[in-house]
Amino acid sequence: MYKLFLRSLISVLFLLGFSLNANAEFKVGFVYVGPTGDHGWTYQHHEGRNAVEALGIKTTYVESVPEGADAERVIRQLAQSGHDLIFTTSFGYMDPTNKVAKDFPNVKFEHATGYKREHSNVSTYSARFYEGRTLLGHMAGKMTKTNTIGYIASFPIPEVIRGINAMTLAAQKVNPDIKTKIVWVFTWYDPGKESEAAQALIDQGADIIMQHTDSTAPVQVAEKAGVWSFGQASDMQRFAPKSILTSIIDDWAPYYVERSIAARDGTWKQQDTWHGLKEGMVAMAPYNSAMGSDLVKEVEQLQKDLASGKVHSFTGPIYDQKGNILVAEGAVADDGMLAGMNVYVKGVEGDIPK
Amino acid sequence: MIKIEKRNDVSRSIYFLTPVLAIFLTLFGGGIIFFILGFNPIEALKFFFITPISDLYGLSELLVKATPLCLIAIGLSYCFKSNNWNIGAEGQLIFGGIVGGGVALLFYNHDGFYVLPLIILSGAIGGMLFAMIPAILKTYFNTNEILVSLMLVYVAKLLLDYLVVGPWSNPEGFNFPETRQFSDSARMPILFDGLRIHAGIFITLITVFLSWLILYKTYLGFQIKVSGLSLKTAKYAGFKGKTMIIIVFMISGACAGLAGVGEITGPIGQLHRNISPDYGFTAIIVAFLGRLNPIGIIFASLIVALTYLGAETAQIFLQVPKYTGQVFQGMILFFLLGSDYLLFFKIKFLGLKKNEL
Repeated sequence: MYKLFLRSLISVLFLLGFSLNANAEFKVGFVYVGPTGDHGWTYQHHEGRNAVEALGIKTTYVESVPEGADAERVIRQLAQSGHDLIFTTSFGYMDPTNKVAKDFPNVKFEHATGYKREHSNVSTYSARFYEGRTLLGHMAGKMTKTNTIGYIASFPIPEVIRGINAMTLAAQKVNPDIKTKIVWVFTWYDPGKESEAAQALIDQGADIIMQHTDSTAPVQVAEKAGVWSFGQASDMQRFAPKSILTSIIDDWAPYYVERSIAARDGTWKQQDTWHGLKEGMVAMAPYNSAMGSDLVKEVEQLQKDLASGKVHSFTGPIYDQKGNILVAEGAVADDGMLAGMNVYVKGVEGDIPK
Repeated sequence: MIKIEKRNDVSRSIYFLTPVLAIFLTLFGGGIIFFILGFNPIEALKFFFITPISDLYGLSELLVKATPLCLIAIGLSYCFKSNNWNIGAEGQLIFGGIVGGGVALLFYNHDGFYVLPLIILSGAIGGMLFAMIPAILKTYFNTNEILVSLMLVYVAKLLLDYLVVGPWSNPEGFNFPETRQFSDSARMPILFDGLRIHAGIFITLITVFLSWLILYKTYLGFQIKVSGLSLKTAKYAGFKGKTMIIIVFMISGACAGLAGVGEITGPIGQLHRNISPDYGFTAIIVAFLGRLNPIGIIFASLIVALTYLGAETAQIFLQVPKYTGQVFQGMILFFLLGSDYLLFFKIKFLGLKKNEL
């Protein structure tokens, strides 16, 4: 009896919440994994939110939400407090997002970089960062003197391995002697660890530093050591003006604007989005003129070709480290293969941590 | 001239009232901070301390958050009362989580009533063993338990990192640093549909009750109390100090380990790198705010849990920076320590009148 009473009370409260929300204005919520001032991953999502806000749509964000037990509460609170569309911007929010989505069928959810869409109100989205890595590889292959590229990697997930491979393939194309050295730091954001990794790579002879982590520490170390580097997620040029050749920029704004308008106008549908240079979700910061105008022109052309689809980052022949063929001559890796990529291509040193 | 003197007669009721005073001072200080940041202080405080618990879901979340804090703080009170400074509850929590999570993965897809109790028990033992490291090093090798227990936190964290990235990672999880979701038989039963409050709260309540019995009604409790008041007296009375030190660390570690399994089998349901948002460290504030008293710790854990929820709500509704939650926790401790100082010491302003000197 008591339990029955409690249950009905809960459902009444839930319903009350719904009916109150029904007349409220359209609102979009964002859940961030880091602080808005990280100048990397979260900063760019926050820029995307600003673009939505600029349309006159009301938005809310919660920053530094740990990917543990707290995430579900934050997402649920956003849903409960009348947000109609909620972007959860880190992989670790995958299960909580789907769990909350089940209880709020009228609220739309967008989960970044995940693969679970368990309910019809959950979409996933991610960017083809590897296309940017191809451009980086081209520049790195041309600019290196020691033929050694230092790569600071976060976690051995397909997205990161894809980036390493795309970069290495492009670098080999212009410089067959290239070697890619990798340090795994097992974090997305830890300036201390990242700068140690950068220093270690420079000590091992790398004269190009690139990162799949979010802090500005590696480019700053590169600037000090006088080697080239590439920024990550946002334009990090001002943190290392001499060293940075360009940055891969995550531009979420167009997507956030499009999806917010769709949700507001009632045309939102579940989808799995994977956008790249073509749609502008991956963009490049201005190229450093220190690499010479010829190389800048080459890279700009390559960027156009990648965007138009004339060139694909993973065009065969591609071999793994042992020399087995992964993609046949002339063929192109399909999205299924890219999504589950878990082997290094030839030319990358070391093993994937298992 | 200012002279500081120790007070001899500290009233017991005031001793337990100062935490309340500290909380009010924190509210006041927080109001000022909100005002400086450009928010209406009353409204901000309302969103911070009242809105989060104004419905059943919020109350349930408060208990979900307070459960591990209370459990760890109770364990720590054994150590702190007897002058043993266990700062590594976070590590003991993580190690307990690792051992419990390992058992949960071992029994993946096993049904059976015995699975969950086994996980809970192994988590407690894990935490206990991990806490015995600083205890044994202290008693037999005279090391400093503050340093050892603190450094072991990083050992536990790195071990967890290694396991979830490598051998224990979900085979279907695309190499993401997390294990499988545990089977239902390995999950804490949820008490009410739609809420996250789970059976772990009973473990906490039973521990609180047992701790009250042990600390106030047994010989061990008496030993702990005397050792805390004066180590020399304890020696003179013939207490076996070494055994007691090891026992308090074991209890403390077991509590932290239980909190760890409670989290992974409760709201999280798997092992990954962020199983605890520093509960083990926050519980130190809880223990002192609760005056190392089991009942006090219950209230303290609820208040500190509220600062977490409040920070989220205040950011959602007013976009107050989320770090204000940590500022509030810091302020509570600051005001508590400050008022304790004034409680135990008298400050005399002697002035500069020459004739009195």
